[in-house]
Amino acid sequence: MHSLPGAIIMAEIYPDNELMYEDELPGGAHWSMLMRRGTILRLVDIDGGANVGMLFYNPGEKLERYNAPDTLKCQHTFKLTRGHCLYSDMGRIFCSIVDDSVGWHDTVGGNLTDAAMEKRWGRKNYQRFRNDRTLSGEHSFKVELAKHGLGKRDMAANVNWFSRVHTDEDGNMLFDADNSKAGDHVDLRFEMDTLVIFHTCPHPLNTETNYPRRPIRYQIRKAAAVQDDDECMNSRPENKRGFQNTNLYYLQGGQ
Amino acid sequence: MIRESKLEIEHAVYRQVVDAGDYWMHVVKQGQTLRILDLEGNQAADTLFYSADDPTERYSAIDTIREQGNVYLTAGSQLLSNEGRVMLEITADTCGRHDTLGGACATESNTVRYALEKKCMHACRDSWMLAVAEHPEFAMSKRDITHNINFFMNVPITPEGGLTFADGISDAGKYVELQAKMDVIALVSNCPQLNNPCNAYNPTPVEVIVWND
Repeated sequence: MHSLPGAIIMAEIYPDNELMYEDELPGGAHWSMLMRRGTILRLVDIDGGANVGMLFYNPGEKLERYNAPDTLKCQHTFKLTRGHCLYSDMGRIFCSIVDDSVGWHDTVGGNLTDAAMEKRWGRKNYQRFRNDRTLSGEHSFKVELAKHGLGKRDMAANVNWFSRVHTDEDGNMLFDADNSKAGDHVDLRFEMDTLVIFHTCPHPLNTETNYPRRPIRYQIRKAAAVQDDDECMNSRPENKRGFQNTNLYYLQGGQ
Repeated sequence: MIRESKLEIEHAVYRQVVDAGDYWMHVVKQGQTLRILDLEGNQAADTLFYSADDPTERYSAIDTIREQGNVYLTAGSQLLSNEGRVMLEITADTCGRHDTLGGACATESNTVRYALEKKCMHACRDSWMLAVAEHPEFAMSKRDITHNINFFMNVPITPEGGLTFADGISDAGKYVELQAKMDVIALVSNCPQLNNPCNAYNPTPVEVIVWND
């Protein structure tokens, strides 16, 4: 029973909601990490106007991955905010949005390509600019996915935390340049062990004059146990079934 | 946008009726035009496209809508690949609007959307799993099954950020036509969904028709 991985042991000795780890990621950078079931990842927009591109995979079965269309249609939403759950293609929940000071996060705008970045802001290469080079979301996902044996066939529609893309009556897509403020945060409570791939490169619809380089802080806390009256689980009847599917996975020995 | 076709059915080089619950997987050559015809009305044709030369290059819903600046597909829409290249262009459309954000039904997502007991009801993704299993020549797998187009499906997005599944706006005899800009593998699941109004709770056949350039 106690031959558990270190992260879980760490979670066991910490009280609920106490900060276990934090770090920062500069703007225009990328990283990946494992999040354990029962922990909360808080993303903080340090300066305002950040964008965090993010993808999710089941580390035990990487064919199981974040599915934006399933996430949107089962909750009848175009945006992501507090109360929503992020679904895999297998009808299970990677994480729930348990807190959000922003109100709207995008998951249909996609990822900044190398070509679009070069056209809009030019390319600052490593030879001359060292780690102040400009990176695209495409470059970032390629590198982080490859670390885990994944490639372009595994790429899906990503989340863009802190960014807002809305539509008019005719379906035209509009980017809100003033969505997230300095200090804004969003909290993701993980319901499954999850491989998290992320970057802080600009949103593909951002048209700022200079390449936006906005850092984020990310923090890991232990989550309180999910109660029967949990806001995310009860925000829609679909989510209750999503939680049942997720619990069944672990009942059946899901790794 | 409604735009009628100038193509005549007697000049078609290929015609195939696809029953609800079946898949259709077929190479459409550069320059050829593919028509998907809603024979009885309110049917949803869940469709994916791949480059025939390299199936890792494939239709990308998010790149397509972002680059055209609009979430709906209709006549004039250029369908982009994950490499940013134009794969096909919608050259005629008598329905007026098609969804590419709602994804496809799967048995697993059906349990979430409708009821845990509905897990054995037929779903589009099962048709695609069968398609990739029965066509090893394309060397595709579940990894390649990505976000699709729902031809004839009506999924209105609201300015407030809502997404709804409305009654279909298609009707018997309505169609959409796409001209291929590269050799593509078309993979259609004629949707078997019995639980939502996308096909009026009554899945019906579609016809796929191909013309040469």
